[in-house]
Amino acid sequence: MMLELSQLSHRFALTEVLAGINLTLPAGESVALVGPSGCGKTTMLNLIAGLDRPSEGRIENRYAATAYVFQQPRLLPWKTALDNIALGLKARRVGRQEWEARAAALGRRLGLTGADLDKFPHALSGGMQSRVALARALALEPDLLLLDEPFSALDVGLKAELYALLLAEVMARGTSVLMITHDLMEAVRLSDRILMMAPAPGRIVGEFRLERAQAERDEAWIYHSTAAFMRTPEVRAGFGLPPPPHPSPAGGGGQGGGLPPAAASSRGPEKKAEMSCGAH
Amino acid sequence: MNLLRAWATGIPAYLWSGWGAVASLMMLLALWDWGSQLYGDLVLPSPLATFDTLAGLLAEGGAWQELAVTARRALAGFALSLAVGSVLGLLAGLSMTASMMSRPIVTVLVGMPPIAWLVLALLWFGAGDATPVFTVFIACFPIIFVGALQGTRTLDDQLKDVARAYRLPARMTLTDVYLPHVLSYLFPAWIAALGMSWKIVVMAELLSTPDGVGAALAVSRAHLDTAASMAWIAAVVGLLLAVEYLVLEPVKREVESWREVQ
Repeated sequence: MMLELSQLSHRFALTEVLAGINLTLPAGESVALVGPSGCGKTTMLNLIAGLDRPSEGRIENRYAATAYVFQQPRLLPWKTALDNIALGLKARRVGRQEWEARAAALGRRLGLTGADLDKFPHALSGGMQSRVALARALALEPDLLLLDEPFSALDVGLKAELYALLLAEVMARGTSVLMITHDLMEAVRLSDRILMMAPAPGRIVGEFRLERAQAERDEAWIYHSTAAFMRTPEVRAGFGLPPPPHPSPAGGGGQGGGLPPAAASSRGPEKKAEMSCGAH
Repeated sequence: MNLLRAWATGIPAYLWSGWGAVASLMMLLALWDWGSQLYGDLVLPSPLATFDTLAGLLAEGGAWQELAVTARRALAGFALSLAVGSVLGLLAGLSMTASMMSRPIVTVLVGMPPIAWLVLALLWFGAGDATPVFTVFIACFPIIFVGALQGTRTLDDQLKDVARAYRLPARMTLTDVYLPHVLSYLFPAWIAALGMSWKIVVMAELLSTPDGVGAALAVSRAHLDTAASMAWIAAVVGLLLAVEYLVLEPVKREVESWREVQ
């Protein structure tokens, strides 16, 4: 089972949004797509999900079940949370008793109460709606999960909780994941490989492997790796950041573990002060 | 089945909520009575006299028959336009070309006065059931067609993508994604068309048929029997209100219970 994109290009009218994308996603791997807005990340996911046909190139998806979690929850407003979760199961003609049981069990695992499951989407909070949208995708027991920043509108705590729930499911089933994210630390935390994309036309300009197993990634390692990642020329060029001011201090930032490099990197002179604070 | 049960159990609470409506209707009756006292029974019979006459007509037995004939024609024309208009509107809405092409035609149909259709129908079908039924159908059709068309066109693209990403079969896409949204546009159109159908059928009967409420109105007018005219009008309006508020409105509430605002 794997996903293979070869020489994939896509155009909307005369605008070229993707050009010459090559990507192989073997079973069990998590890949994060990062890059500035408008570089064709969502288009790429839509093409893989079959919502659009590529203008050129080939997509070979040999995964048995692909599920897509959109950027917004996109629940059917006239269906209860339970019915929304079971949408894909009903499409597969799973019997009523079975889909009810599976959807309810999954909903509860993701933190929805019985009362929540009977509610219509408008009565649920944003966090609850995201849980339902995630449950709808996981209900398919996918081999490949496409995530388009599904939790970007949620607060930090909720986001962390939902990612933890997601990771537990993904780990248990060995699901492959292709995720879009704007949060580099999230990419470092959750993926085996990060692909840096650049716009006009959308293309892959860099690939970074994270060798450490996900279970062994502690906060210090994540901060350290994110900082290192942020300093690579591909990332700086891709996001239009100035070239790295200090090429080397990789060790110092990582040890303290409390310094978010994203906050420090844009302010040259203050950065030094904060860093030395962290080292004390 | 569920819908039927919900409808039946919802009726008492729903009727109880109707006291406000009753109060405003009573105001209208008071105004009517005041007008009758001002101008006399010949010009405007009092509500009491009107309902007395209506009770008399109903007691004689003939009135029920006329009402049944009229109701049959109105509902036949309405049902026809409901079926044809909903299906065609939905289909037209699925295709951009079809919806653009049908817009001007529908505008012409809406703009055409029903009396013009009635004259044509008289020429085509003569003095029978077909004339009022056709006139009702052609007057209601564009309203329902536009409702279905707009409902289909306004469905969120994002939800269509969900249907495709989750591999919903065509039938499920229709019943679970399109219809619930389209219904929220169709119901108001159906209710508007139903009201229209009663007005049109009485007009058509007045000019074209020997039986039905419209024909009875023609007779009472010829006899200068204002009380009987008012009685027939009250009967038709009463029937319309009954169908709308006892059947369509509760069904609408049940079907659209997912909405935030009722």
